[in-house]
Amino acid sequence: MQKNIQINQHGELQHLLTIEGLPASMLHHILDTAESFVGVTEREVKKVPLLRGKAIFNLFFEPSTRTRTTFEIAAKRLSADVLNLNISASSQSKGETMLDTVNNLSAMQADMFIVRHSQSGAAHLIARHVAPEIHVINAGDGRHAHPTQALLDMYTIRHYKRDFHELKVAIVGDVMHSRVARSQIHALTTLGVPEVRVIAPRTLLPRGVEKLGVHPYDDMKKGLKDVDVLLMLRLQNERMQGALLPSAQEYFKYYGLTPEKLALARPDAIVMHPGPMNRGLEIDSAVADGPQSVILPQVTFGIAVRMAVMSILAGN
Amino acid sequence: MKIHIGNGRLIDPASATDRVADLFIAAGRIVSIDEKPEGFHANQEIDASGQIVCPGLVDLSVRLREPGFEYRATLESEMQAAVAGGVTSLACPPDTDPPLDEPGLVEMLKHKAKNLNLAHVYPIGAMTQGLLGADLTEMAELRDAGCMAFCHADKPITNTLVMMRAMQYAATFDLSVWLRAQDASLSRIGVAHEGEVATRLGLPGIPTVAETIALSKILMLARDTGARIHLCRISSSEGLEMVREAKREGLPVTCDVSANHVHLSEMDIGFFDSNCHLVPPLRSLRDRDAIRRALAEGVIDAICSDHTPVDDDAKLLPFGESEAGATGLELLLPLVLKWAEDDRIPLVEALARITSRPAGILGIEAGAIAVGKPADLCIYDPEQYWKVEPKSLKSQGKNTPFLGYEVKGKVICTLVDGHIVHRPH
Amino acid sequence: MEMPDTNLLLKNLAEEIRPAMNGNTCIVGIHTGGAWLAEKLHGMLGLKTPPGLLDISFYRDDFGRIGLHPEVKRSEIPFDVDDTDIILVDDVLHTGRTVRAAINELFDYGRPARIRLAVLVDRGGRELPIEPTFCAFRGVLDEEKMIDLVRNDSGLLELKFRSRE
Repeated sequence: MQKNIQINQHGELQHLLTIEGLPASMLHHILDTAESFVGVTEREVKKVPLLRGKAIFNLFFEPSTRTRTTFEIAAKRLSADVLNLNISASSQSKGETMLDTVNNLSAMQADMFIVRHSQSGAAHLIARHVAPEIHVINAGDGRHAHPTQALLDMYTIRHYKRDFHELKVAIVGDVMHSRVARSQIHALTTLGVPEVRVIAPRTLLPRGVEKLGVHPYDDMKKGLKDVDVLLMLRLQNERMQGALLPSAQEYFKYYGLTPEKLALARPDAIVMHPGPMNRGLEIDSAVADGPQSVILPQVTFGIAVRMAVMSILAGN
Repeated sequence: MKIHIGNGRLIDPASATDRVADLFIAAGRIVSIDEKPEGFHANQEIDASGQIVCPGLVDLSVRLREPGFEYRATLESEMQAAVAGGVTSLACPPDTDPPLDEPGLVEMLKHKAKNLNLAHVYPIGAMTQGLLGADLTEMAELRDAGCMAFCHADKPITNTLVMMRAMQYAATFDLSVWLRAQDASLSRIGVAHEGEVATRLGLPGIPTVAETIALSKILMLARDTGARIHLCRISSSEGLEMVREAKREGLPVTCDVSANHVHLSEMDIGFFDSNCHLVPPLRSLRDRDAIRRALAEGVIDAICSDHTPVDDDAKLLPFGESEAGATGLELLLPLVLKWAEDDRIPLVEALARITSRPAGILGIEAGAIAVGKPADLCIYDPEQYWKVEPKSLKSQGKNTPFLGYEVKGKVICTLVDGHIVHRPH
Repeated sequence: MEMPDTNLLLKNLAEEIRPAMNGNTCIVGIHTGGAWLAEKLHGMLGLKTPPGLLDISFYRDDFGRIGLHPEVKRSEIPFDVDDTDIILVDDVLHTGRTVRAAINELFDYGRPARIRLAVLVDRGGRELPIEPTFCAFRGVLDEEKMIDLVRNDSGLLELKFRSRE
C-alpha cells in the first residue's frame, strides 16, 4: 500500500493533492495564511516578493481557463514566474506520455507544478515521480479532488459563519462526478462540521457515499431544511446523456436552487458555487445574484487561498 | 535421462499423498515411487531433503503475449517465468493479436511453444471470430488444432443470442466453454469495484451486479444448452453464492479465482496504485473473505495466476488510463502457500487448487504423481523467503501488487516430461 | 550589557519623537514587538490616526532557507500611505533586514513623504546601511545573545535577554 505522499517527513505539506488525511490544524493554517493574503490583494500594489525567481508551471491536461487564470494571478501576485502549458493538444498527441512531459519541464528547473487532468489520480502520479524539491498542487483530477477549491469554500464559510462546529451544510448536485464535492466533504468533516448532507437524484449519488461521513438525500426539500450553507455543484451538460438524467427542465424543477427552495434553509444561509454556473439548470438567477449569494467573494478569496497554498508549499 | 529424486516430502493431491518418498524417473515418466526399479542407474541425483515435491503446477490463465504483443513479453520470457514458478502446464486465453480464432494460429503457437521445450502450452480458442461477439469460430477445427476449450477472454459477448448459440455449438462437440461473468454495459467505463474506495478516489466503478447479472445469464444458458461451463475469475461474494447454488443443483460448472483476489481487496489500491488495477476489479474485504471461504469449501475449484505482463509505460499512467493486469506466474505458488498458511488449509488441499483440480478442468493428464504419469514436477523449498522485485522475476512483466513483498516458498527445480527445465545454481 | 527599565526607555523614546512630529505624522509598528510599541507610542504621543501594523513575512529575504513563518498576521495600514510622514517602529534593531523588508512593504501601499525609524534598542550588528532616527538605548550585544520584547497579561512590556537556540 502506498503512503500519503503529500506530507513530508517533518510533517509539513510537500504537495497538495487531496484534503483527505490533512489534519484540521493544517487546514486552519492555510486559511489563516490566506487571510493575510486577502490584505495584500486589497492594497495599491497587489503583489509581494515572496516567490521571486520561482518557476511555476500551470500544467493543464484538461482545458480550464478559469482555474488556470486564478492560479496564474495567485502566482504572479507572489512574484513567481508562471508558464502556462495546455498539453491536451500538443505533446500528448505526439505520443509523449504525461511523465515525459513532467520530466522535460523538471529539467527546466521548475519549482512547482499546478496540475489539472481528466483522470483521477493524475496529480498523485506526478507527485510520486518529480524530484524531491518540486511541489505539486492538484488543480483538479478527474472525479477525485480539487483541494484548493474546497479550501476557498472553507475560507468563505469561515468568513461568513466563523465557527464550523454548529453548522449544517448541504452539497447539492452531481456528487457522483464531482471532484469539488469530494474535497468539500473531506474538508467539512475534518473541520468539525457536525452535519454534512449531499443532495442529488440517485443516479448522481456515488455508492457508499455515506462512508465518507455524509447524509445522503434524494429530496431537495428535505435536504435543505435548516441548513446554514448551500454548496451548489456544477452540472455538466453531458450528464443529460447516458441515462443519468432525463432533461434539464426536470432537473431544474426538482434540484435547481430557486428562491422557494432556498426559503427552506435557515434565513441567514449562504449560497456558494464553484463556477462556472449554469443559470436555470442548477441555480436560478434570482438566487445566484440574490442577497444570500457569496459566489463572487468566493472568487476573490480563491486567489488568496491559492497564494497561501503556493507560499506554504514553496517554503517547505 | 534417468533421474532419482531422494528424500523429498511428496505431496500428491490426486492420491491424497503427503509423505517422504523417493521418485524414479526414466524416459520422461515416473517409473517408480519409493522402490528403486531393478537396474535403474540415475544419470542425475536430486537430493530433496527438507523440500517438497509436488506435481508441476497447472495454471488456467496465462497471457503469453504472442502473437501481437511481443513488446510486452515474448513466449520465451514468459515460458521461462512459468517454469521458474513451478508451472508445467498452462492455458492461454485467445486475446492475442490476432486472436486465436483460426487453426493455423493455434498450431503456430503450439509449435513455437514446443520448440522451447519448457512448459506445456494449452491454447483456449476464441468462441467468436476476432473475439467480436458476432460470428462463431470453427470450434471443432480449433479443437483438432489443439484448443482445449473455448472462451471470450475479457471481451464481452453482448448479444445473448450469440452466447446461446456458441454454447449450443460447443455442447454439440462436448467442448467446454470458459466464461468470465461481467455485464458489458454495467462495466463499460469502470476501473475499480464500485464501493467505498472507488467513491473516495473518484474512480468509475464496476458494481457487483455486473458480475451477478452476467453470471445468472451464463448459468441459465448452461442449464438450457447443457454446455460444460468453467467460470473464470469470480470476484464477489454474491457471485460465489450463485456458483455454490449451481453446483448444489448439479450443473456441470467449475470455477476459478485469481491468486491476487485471494489476498487483496479494494483497500490495497491505496492512493491510486495502478498495480492494483486488475480485471475483475479487487472487491471489498467481505468479498475477499468470501473467496477464501469458498476456496476452503471447494466451491472454487482452482486458483490461477491470471498472468498478464504489462510494460511499465502502460502502468505509469493515471489509474483509469493504466492497463489492467499483473504478472503472476512466479507468484502463484507462494500466494497459494500463504493462503494455506493463513487459513490453516492442509498443503495437500491447497496444492490441489493449482495441480489436480485445474488439470481436471483442462482435461489433461498432468497434475498428479503416479507411476506411468509424465514426470512434470515442481520441487520447492517451503521455508525459503524471497523478495518480489523486478530483478527477481523472469517474466518481462514486472508489475504486480506484491512488488516489495517478502514471500515464502521458492521453486528450486522444475521438471517437464522428465527433463530439468529450471534449476538455479 | 545592563538594560535600563523598559518603561523608562519607552518614555525617553516618546520624548525624542515628540518634537519631530508634524500634523501629517503616522506611526507603523512591525509585528510583534514593534506593533506593541506603536500602540503605546500612539497613546503617549496623542496621535489621531490609528497605528499601522506590518507583518513582514511575505518580504523576508530568508524565505528560501526557512520557508513561510508558521503564523502570518495580516498587515493593516489604516491610512493612505501616499505623502504621509511615517514613523516605523521596531523593538530591537539588529541586522537591519527586518527594517529593509518593512520599508519595501510600505512602498507597496503607496509613496510615503518620508519614513523615519524609531527603535527601543539598537544592539549593533548591522548587515545593511540602516540607522535609526530615534533610539532610546544603544549597546553592543554578543551575537550569541538575543533580546526580545515580551508583553505580560496586563499589557506591560519588558525587554528580556536569552541565549540563541
